[in-house]
Amino acid sequence: MTQMTKATKHDRILLAHGGGGQLMDDLIRRHILPGLKNDTLDELGDSAKLDLASGSVCFTTDSYVVKPLFFNGGDIGKLAVCGTVNDLAVAGSKPVALTLSLIIEDGFEIELLDKILASIGETAGRIGVDIVTGDTKTVETGAADRIFINTAGIGIRLADVDLDFEKIAVGDKIIINGTIGDHGMTIISQREEIKFQSQLKSDCAPLAGLTVELLESTTGIKFMRDPTRGGLAATLNEIARSTALSVEIREIDVPVRPIVQAAADMLGFDVLTIANEGKFVAVVSPESADECLSVCRNHPLGKEAEIIGEVVETRDVPLVEIETRIGGKRIVQMPYGRELPRIC
Amino acid sequence: MLDRINKAQNDINTACQTLGRQINIMEVCGTHTVSIFRNGIRSILPKNLKLLSGPGCPVCVTNQGYIDVVLQLADRDDCIIATYGDMIRVPGKEGSLETKQAKTNVKVVLSSEDALQLAKDNPGKTVVFVAVGFETTTPATAVVVKEATAGAIDNFCILSGHKLVIPAMRALLSEKNDNINAFLCPGHVSAIIGYGAFAEIVEEFDRPCVVAGFEPVQIIEGLCEICRQLSTGKAELKSMYSAVVTEKGNIAAQKIIDECFEPVDGYWRGLGKIPKSTLKLKDKYSQFDASKRFGISEEPSEEIKGCRCGEVLCGLIEPPDCGLFGRNCTPQEPVGPCMVSSEGACAAWFKYGRDK
Repeated sequence: MTQMTKATKHDRILLAHGGGGQLMDDLIRRHILPGLKNDTLDELGDSAKLDLASGSVCFTTDSYVVKPLFFNGGDIGKLAVCGTVNDLAVAGSKPVALTLSLIIEDGFEIELLDKILASIGETAGRIGVDIVTGDTKTVETGAADRIFINTAGIGIRLADVDLDFEKIAVGDKIIINGTIGDHGMTIISQREEIKFQSQLKSDCAPLAGLTVELLESTTGIKFMRDPTRGGLAATLNEIARSTALSVEIREIDVPVRPIVQAAADMLGFDVLTIANEGKFVAVVSPESADECLSVCRNHPLGKEAEIIGEVVETRDVPLVEIETRIGGKRIVQMPYGRELPRIC
Repeated sequence: MLDRINKAQNDINTACQTLGRQINIMEVCGTHTVSIFRNGIRSILPKNLKLLSGPGCPVCVTNQGYIDVVLQLADRDDCIIATYGDMIRVPGKEGSLETKQAKTNVKVVLSSEDALQLAKDNPGKTVVFVAVGFETTTPATAVVVKEATAGAIDNFCILSGHKLVIPAMRALLSEKNDNINAFLCPGHVSAIIGYGAFAEIVEEFDRPCVVAGFEPVQIIEGLCEICRQLSTGKAELKSMYSAVVTEKGNIAAQKIIDECFEPVDGYWRGLGKIPKSTLKLKDKYSQFDASKRFGISEEPSEEIKGCRCGEVLCGLIEPPDCGLFGRNCTPQEPVGPCMVSSEGACAAWFKYGRDK
């Protein structure tokens, strides 16, 4: 009991918090469980037991190492929920359960941990996804940079939805649900302490509400992906590469906030290559494009949705091309990475 | 804006048709190069109008010998190297600053002030600021040299690789490439030196010099003005960037450059030794001169085998003409500096251009 009273006084994570003893139990019960409460998690079993509505599921995992941990529009906790939820969402499933693994550096402030956990609970709660099991490890100073998070998630595949590159055909329209580059430019600006950073805000958001509505109320969606690292450029290049078809987009139709464009220009980045955390690209048949667009625009996360281009025949090699504002054309290459370290 | 673009485009087409021959216009500035590629400007120009990317990217024109000196300093345990990001991947004889970065004494800075701050924060080490760039970045270097003097910050010094644009343009025309018909002059540099500085190029070499901003419409209107001059056969000096560039430029910036630096003969990649083209700290600031402090000097160094960056910088070849381009030399694994810098001609071709 003395031990436990002492533990509550700690305001920083100690190696012993991961030791499996009293301290760890206290950390879990006092700090981790309260914000994430649900029946499955409360059992604290070695595994979560799930009764799922369907036998066909999507299953994914992702790790989050973003720096800074807190940024305008989100934090590592919100990102850890959104990132995994969005991977499930764009695969055509309704996310239902997540795991949560924390790797925490010795000395990390418990107050910050509480904030991150509250954010995880709030974000997951907002879209009705339970955190059903988890793990906490502590590592010595220098072995991790403050806190790393891994989440894995399960989503129930929506009936009669089968998204696949193979369905994409010439004439299909490319839709994006809003402005690009917000997340990446927010992170880099905050890291570089650029003066206008306060005007930038990450788009970090769980997309499942919108994607499920879209997939259930429309037909003609053939493929979806969230343009995270590598941005829109990487996603469109993956589409071209995987289908052997080409993609043409129009710069004038790609939504970009002026402040994001200004920040990207200033730092010499192509906004097409900048990461998003609350966006999806959908490839839809031409006849359903307008309907999909209007469903998007009626949803809070799709108000600024646009049809940005089409899938076209390949002339030589599969390419992504952009028609610039002045009517010129240029290639959009697969970004070569490393532009923005640790953005998610 | 589209109206202005369409009008300029039509005028360019008419002029080029009337001229009937190959027109070579060099954009001197790397920022212009990137904007031209990013906006697909080449794709809307007539076939006989060729844009050449000139020696306007500071990283690209920096001599191999300078890079080797920086790398030598990075090996010292008593130094911290503060550099602009673009420089870290430029390969030297042995590795690059990026490979040295593992030693943790190579720091990327966004400004010269950041470099000076590093010196204040690390009193036990000597911070060497890798001072490269044209007249645009030189004033900022001069400011920190003066601040270091005032604050007696003895553990700070600079390795000046600062360069002047006009001597390079003269060297190009008189020795390297007589086929350049006109220059689209750099907007940022002109803001400092004033567009009047290009008068000597117009007068001595009879080449149109037109200063333009970086928006696509400004570039196209600049090209249009050049085509107009070429078709009338009269080379003129003109600034199309009046919001930012005046005839005399930024006098305060020129003053602080003059106070701290003096032009000396210097080595350029591709262009060789150019008289009075590189800036050296004046003797009264020699305590902040890294080459004096460490007793090192920049040797004319052998360039990398097979790399044709020098010819690219002179507008003699286009990047895809180099045997290494896209094969052995890519942005992921660059061989030459024009592929390293985001403003380099090779990187822009690789990123935005179609294979030739």
